[in-house]
Amino acid sequence: MEHYGEQTASGFLHVSAESKEPYAADVRARLHDDAQAIIARYPQARSALLPMLHLVQSVDGYITGRGVTFCAEELGLTEAEVSGVATFYTQFKRHPNGDYTVGVCTNTLCAIMGGDQIWDAVSEHLGLDHDETTADGKITLERIECNAACDFAPVVMVNWEFYDNQTPESTRRLVDDLRAGAEVRPTRGPNRQCTFKEMSRTLAGFADGLADEGVGAGPASLVGLKVAQDHDWTAPSATRQIDKAGE
Amino acid sequence: MTTLTPILTRFWDHPQSWTLATYEANEGYQALTRALAMEPSALVSMAKDSGLRGRGGAGFPTGMKWSFLPPSDGGPRYLVVNADESEPGTCKDIPLMMAAPHFLIEGVAITSYAIGCNHAFIYLRGEVVHVYRRLMRAVEEAYAAGHLGKDIHGSGFDLDVTVHAGAGAYICGEETALLDSLEGRRGQPRSKPPFPAVAGLYARPTVVNNVESISSIPPILLHGASWFAGMGTESSKGFGIFSLSGHVTNPGQFEAPLGIPLRELLDMAGGIRGGKRLKFWTPGGSSTPLFTDAHLDVPLDFDAVAKAGSMLGTRALQIFDETTCVVRAVDRWIEFYKHESCGKCTPCREGTWWLKQILGRIEHGHGTEDDLDKLLDISDNILGRSFCALGDGATSPVTSSIQYFRDEYLEHLRQGGCPFDRDASSLFAKETASV
Repeated sequence: MEHYGEQTASGFLHVSAESKEPYAADVRARLHDDAQAIIARYPQARSALLPMLHLVQSVDGYITGRGVTFCAEELGLTEAEVSGVATFYTQFKRHPNGDYTVGVCTNTLCAIMGGDQIWDAVSEHLGLDHDETTADGKITLERIECNAACDFAPVVMVNWEFYDNQTPESTRRLVDDLRAGAEVRPTRGPNRQCTFKEMSRTLAGFADGLADEGVGAGPASLVGLKVAQDHDWTAPSATRQIDKAGE
Repeated sequence: MTTLTPILTRFWDHPQSWTLATYEANEGYQALTRALAMEPSALVSMAKDSGLRGRGGAGFPTGMKWSFLPPSDGGPRYLVVNADESEPGTCKDIPLMMAAPHFLIEGVAITSYAIGCNHAFIYLRGEVVHVYRRLMRAVEEAYAAGHLGKDIHGSGFDLDVTVHAGAGAYICGEETALLDSLEGRRGQPRSKPPFPAVAGLYARPTVVNNVESISSIPPILLHGASWFAGMGTESSKGFGIFSLSGHVTNPGQFEAPLGIPLRELLDMAGGIRGGKRLKFWTPGGSSTPLFTDAHLDVPLDFDAVAKAGSMLGTRALQIFDETTCVVRAVDRWIEFYKHESCGKCTPCREGTWWLKQILGRIEHGHGTEDDLDKLLDISDNILGRSFCALGDGATSPVTSSIQYFRDEYLEHLRQGGCPFDRDASSLFAKETASV
């Protein structure tokens, strides 16, 4: 029968022999120190598993066999338990990922506003389908679900930074620039685009010092505030209420 | 006419809106000082008196949730903030945490004190790196200023806050799935009871609250429960952030008293784009049954929206004009639910898959009229029979779209395909037409 799903699962966690090659001793030692820092944030060690899987991706670029073993060893879990968690979450990649995950939102709102056209354009431009990577290892293309920026539709994410109000043309240019190593900046994010591995280390909870870069709010986030300011609308005066309560 | 009430959004236009300095220049952490001088039970009463209902979708009274914790047994109790904002159309918590994260951090400190928690968690979805940076930075600044950590403001109260990034799973917005995920497991919902208030994180008493709920606590404390309750409607007190997206001239965030109707919000947003007509909309995300242009004057509060056949949800107002194919919209939402179903229970796992297959063939003109009954029958077997609200939510767009637009489904069958031009509903019809 015909199959109507737009998105396919990435398949089972494929643990190639190569991905089981043990870490070099210095890498393993550094990973251990990082793991201890993560575990220390929680009352119970197992809570560290998701950030530790992000940590594995910051070193290997995906969830490797040795990464699964590392998590299991540090947390006293079985490899099956770690794999079971790793395969549940879409951000954990089951095969080597590109330097930049380009995610086109094709959930309903963005799709209708033009996300479908963006997807078609960039998919054709790169010759990639969902969760596939360019031969140069630069870009992995994904269809993504709603990323909570609907007022900036259509939205494209690069390594989970916001590129708001995109068009097919702007997205083609974006992927070309990323492949060429040209400077690109998220619309709401830091002043530069981090790589997949850099971003994964941040998600493991290690600050990268970029928090104070970029805007506080994009234009759409401020539309209501602007309307209120133009009309001199404010919340009811609180002081009067407090005075009343004090009477 | 209702006027907007910028409170949480008030200084989002400040060039450094997210910093501690900006927050402190805007009454920041004054509420915490006041809270620490109060009895914790008085804070719970204040939350109850304010009438604040959870801003994460379900609308459960926040103060009542706090009061469900059993009396202290000397062991740990936890506050977990649900910052997993992923419901399609919902886009309020992410800009709030990006622009003004200290509202949340101060709210966490006050709430933790109120419920006797010394270690709180913020579970943020993993797909918003810059928001994660902002939250980590805000926590760091708050520690350095003595708003978190040991002996806060000299009160003897200690609090640690851990910001935790998820890894991509809509289901983790369900509070018990979130707790499992925070414990390092697959994010699948738990059987209830026991509820988190009794056995939550690490099987300890736990309060799980939404970002906007907790962020509303400092202003409520500072200005009074009666100030808050003076806004909104009888069933739905206070203010909330309304998110307009889609075919409106100026999509964006509008902070207003609950009860404001879409007609007024649309006016403020410049109306439907290009003078076109409103066709359908969601009041609170894709899991809330669709409304049409017949519902423009429904007060957007919990009771009125429910009475009109939908749910207020997260005030995620996704607006679609007459160029939009409702079958295409619903088909894509169901693709989402199918993808995000955690697989734990059969009605949701199998049901969403079959809904997708049937909607797909109708959209492509391969279905039959019997398929409409089949969609309704499958929906009937999911609704109320699933483990959590994900399955229930998946049926909302299906059943409501068939209710209001049955003939449009049939038109797909008559024409052997979708009667709409997808470029007409996009923002750049001309560009794609020329490609």
